[in-house]
Amino acid sequence: MTLTPVLTAHWDDKDSYTIGGYMRHGGYTAFKKAFAQGPDDIISLVKDSGLRGRGGAGFPTGLKWSFVPQNDGKPHYLVVNADESEPGACKDIPLMLANPHALIEGIIIASFAMRANHAFIYLRGEVPHVFRRVNAAIREAYTAGYLGKNIMGSGFNLDVVLHAGAGAYICGEETALLDSLEGRRGQPRLKPPFPAVAGLYASPSCVNNVETIANIPHIVNNGVDWFRSFGTEKSPGFKLFAVSGHVNRPGIYEAPLGITMRELLEHAGGVRNGHSVKFWLPGGSSVPMLTPDLLDTPLTYEDIAAAGSMLGTGTPMVFDETTSVVRAVAGWLAFYKHESCGKCTPCREGTYWISDLLHRLEEGHGTESDLEKVVELCGQIAGRSFCALGDAAATPFPAALKHFRDEFVQATTTPANDTFNPLAATVFAGATR
Amino acid sequence: MTVTTQTVNVTVDGVAVEVPAGTLIIRVAEMLGTAIPRFCDHPLLSPVAACRMCLVEIEGQGKPQPACAIPVAEGMVVKTQHTSEMAQKAQAGVMEFLLINHPLDCPICDKGGECPLQNQAMTSGRGDSRFDGTKRTFPKPINVSAQVLLDRERCVSCARCTRFAEQIAGDHFIDLLERGAKQQVGISADQPFDSYFSGNTIQICPVGALTSAKYRFRSRPFDLVSTPSACEHCASGCSLRTDVRRGTVMRRLAWDSPEVNEEWNCDKGRFAFPYLREGRLTTPLVRDEDGNLVPASWPEALRVVAAGLKATGRQTGVLTGGRITLEDALAYNSFARDVLGTSDVDFRARAVSAEETAFLAHHVAGRGLDVTYGDLETAPAVLLVGIDPEDESPIVFLRLRKAALSRRTKVFSVAPYTTAGLAKMKGTLLAAGPREEVAAVHGASVHLTEPGSVIVVGERAATTPGLLKAVTELAATTQARIAWIPRRAGDRGALDAGLLPVNGRDTSAIVADAGTQVKGLVIAGVSANDVDGDLVAAVQRAQFVVSLETRHTDITAIADVVLPVAVVTEKAGTFRNWEGRDRSFKVATPVAGSMSDADVLGEIARELGSELKPNDFWSSVAKPELVATHTSAPSVGAGQAVLSSWHHLLDLGTLQEGEPYLAATSRVAVIRVSPNTARQLNLTDGATATVECCGLKAVAPVIETAGMADGVVWVPANSEGAALNLPSGTVVNVSGGAS
Repeated sequence: MTLTPVLTAHWDDKDSYTIGGYMRHGGYTAFKKAFAQGPDDIISLVKDSGLRGRGGAGFPTGLKWSFVPQNDGKPHYLVVNADESEPGACKDIPLMLANPHALIEGIIIASFAMRANHAFIYLRGEVPHVFRRVNAAIREAYTAGYLGKNIMGSGFNLDVVLHAGAGAYICGEETALLDSLEGRRGQPRLKPPFPAVAGLYASPSCVNNVETIANIPHIVNNGVDWFRSFGTEKSPGFKLFAVSGHVNRPGIYEAPLGITMRELLEHAGGVRNGHSVKFWLPGGSSVPMLTPDLLDTPLTYEDIAAAGSMLGTGTPMVFDETTSVVRAVAGWLAFYKHESCGKCTPCREGTYWISDLLHRLEEGHGTESDLEKVVELCGQIAGRSFCALGDAAATPFPAALKHFRDEFVQATTTPANDTFNPLAATVFAGATR
Repeated sequence: MTVTTQTVNVTVDGVAVEVPAGTLIIRVAEMLGTAIPRFCDHPLLSPVAACRMCLVEIEGQGKPQPACAIPVAEGMVVKTQHTSEMAQKAQAGVMEFLLINHPLDCPICDKGGECPLQNQAMTSGRGDSRFDGTKRTFPKPINVSAQVLLDRERCVSCARCTRFAEQIAGDHFIDLLERGAKQQVGISADQPFDSYFSGNTIQICPVGALTSAKYRFRSRPFDLVSTPSACEHCASGCSLRTDVRRGTVMRRLAWDSPEVNEEWNCDKGRFAFPYLREGRLTTPLVRDEDGNLVPASWPEALRVVAAGLKATGRQTGVLTGGRITLEDALAYNSFARDVLGTSDVDFRARAVSAEETAFLAHHVAGRGLDVTYGDLETAPAVLLVGIDPEDESPIVFLRLRKAALSRRTKVFSVAPYTTAGLAKMKGTLLAAGPREEVAAVHGASVHLTEPGSVIVVGERAATTPGLLKAVTELAATTQARIAWIPRRAGDRGALDAGLLPVNGRDTSAIVADAGTQVKGLVIAGVSANDVDGDLVAAVQRAQFVVSLETRHTDITAIADVVLPVAVVTEKAGTFRNWEGRDRSFKVATPVAGSMSDADVLGEIARELGSELKPNDFWSSVAKPELVATHTSAPSVGAGQAVLSSWHHLLDLGTLQEGEPYLAATSRVAVIRVSPNTARQLNLTDGATATVECCGLKAVAPVIETAGMADGVVWVPANSEGAALNLPSGTVVNVSGGAS
């Protein structure tokens, strides 16, 4: 399957991030079409396109928009989740860096559709260069009259506010994001009420991922049939696949959903020379790992689910045989322990305990019974935590143990660093770049 | 208005029930007698579903769900830990997690023995621990206020305390900080947990994380004998539980009383009890030939009292104060009116007026249970006149705040400035200094148009001539009901018992006429600085003075005979709260030979050859006409202002003595003036100033208070550095500096 650069089509342009660069390739034409069609038609259009949320959950975007009650007299808010923090995920940040105007035009259309006059971009705070770039793009859009009062004489007002987070993974969870945006500690909210009913400032709100919103202008401009010509029935469209790990050319490859990992690997120059895939994850550390025999699985929501994992953010991580799976999983759990917000017991205490046990294993201590214990502890978190972060934390270990039990057993006596020289897995250890 | 409650049919553990729609699963289980373990759940706080201890199975849902946060729906089938393996396993898992970082210090923990975590670890936990790692620890303990201590490693992050502070008290000074296993309750670096209600967080903490400096390491729950009690500190009428160890009160807890204090109380009621033991009078004291007060036997003392009162007879004034129970009040009334034959009786230990006497006789006395807390909670509008509930009746404050936050009730206050309490009730200030209150009350009629509105009048209204008359007129024109809220626990009972001078001298007149027409004095719980007038001089002028007191006071020092009486924990009795609701209590610390006021009065009566005949005073008495008092207000000269003043909840009050941790949480005295008045009086915001009158001085920092009535200076009545104890309306000198 070939690559299909749509969102990434002009990222190579020197001025891809400016309003001029964006407009040279037809930018800021879609929102005028949208204004001509009316909000309800846009919601229907997005519904018909079958676009699914690109933030990880894959929820149908048009359906999500339609949950926002219309004509209720309350202010509505569009909130763009740009808190890309998933280990392995790096697609929204490059998108905002290379083409922030695609996001802004998407925001205009989405806000128009759900009748929101305020939109917020919640950007993770660790990327000040992206903050500056998006802010500059917003300023350009205001100057051009695409944001602000009575946009292009349409009578539609829209203000966009860029907000920098303070460095918390949990704020990628939409209700924690809303709390953080309101100035509170980022912790997930009890649902119901759902954000569509009482979200930001207790008003109807919709939280969408950056890539999701950036898709909107293209759908408006090119139509449902065009969009559905990519991908599958249940996973239509194209996707930014950010391939990382032990590949020769890590990077973002935009392709229709349904491309296989093997094809993506070819585009990425294959596994680094002289090595072979040990395991891979389709979308960030929060999805179960898969083995090389499943490299031909189409990367769609439904096929990856059938294979026992999740498409997640669609940012595959590839690990070759120099990788210690024990070290990898221990690292992820250290991350989840560090990022657990502390609100609910299973996640707060479970990640503390599991991380402790895995760290011991990594050091060559622990017992075989610890392995079963960790599986049980993961079971005590999954489905019982307050939000999906707990579920995510409980995901890596059971899958890893299923595929690599011997390695974990060996780790009870031998430190992971003795079995797998950490230097061998690095970029500078025989890597081609 | 009829309220129809929709019901739904649900099944819990195979038992089908019909319950009101919207009821939480955990409450439905409770109704059926099934206790689902929980930590963060509290029926008076909004659900957070954080601890995950109450996970249950709901048929059709793949994951266990928190029973504390999910309202039942029609046809819902719920299985708790008793019938569902999924629920049982989920709860066991959460319990195991909760214990990994919890210290095993139950043997030295205050909560051990009454600890929800301990109890539920026994019902839902494992016999041994699978955790063999290193527990998370914190340096311990830290003070979140002078009184409240926090052992962070014991905390299970249930957020009950932080939700209480935010949702109930409105004092959002504690919150959860940090994240993950490091999450902890904390305060801002420069702001302690400043709340009159902080003790409640200790009581609702489901582990031993929050403890009080007062009780920490003092006792074990299983060594305590508990007695249901009623609070003696104000007229709110809280139910308390008094816990006693070997005859000593160790602590007091707020007790459930949904109609009154719900499950809360204030820190004064919780912590101010050392006075029960300290400075107590133990034997009767009689003045000898040299004028010294010397211990005497009861028979001797009673003989001297009988002789003294026989001589003064009808020319005796009886001042009872506000600490007495309803039973004692009935005894005082009979003793004064039947035994001594005097009508010079007054329970009011403060500034009084004839207008107030008539107001109380007509609108409050003997009215029974009238306006209630429930009425306040459902009132469309509540007008506060002469009362700041947070300081003067804290449970009324909590209920009004609850009402205001529910958006049913609008609170208005005729007061000189927007107090912290009024702001927390989302209230509207009708700014008025003491001299503008009558006009402000007349002007408030527009706010009370909806039926069910209530005018809440405090005892301070007596200090403004014409104000109570205006209140009755406002009630008549708007159909709003009147609730009178005095400051002391015994006030309403004393009033209902008849201790109001409808046909005799009131407190001021008794003090003024002492030594002339009033030859004898019977004084109970009254201190010299309580009354408006020189009580010490009155006692010295009087021919014969007997004091019935619990502790040494400035009056017992100069009385002719001092008779020790029982403190509240040594007797059974009843406080009638402001609603007119009787709050009975039992003996908590029995002391052989301890006699209540009523017992002592009965003995004196017997010595006088008479007996007490408590009766219904108000059924037969003629009530005086309510006429506005007119007094020519003194003019306000240069460098002067009209004083507005009331008591902080925590101040120099004698019943708060001996509790330094509580005292350290009291509000610091300040002098409040409007920016205009500050300019006129040459006062600088933040700088020290002096308020002076009648030889008394208050020295405190000035706070320029925007929106405050001009020409008025506010100081607390009886706080450290500012103990003027003068009624509002007094003209005082105000100057910059501490001179």
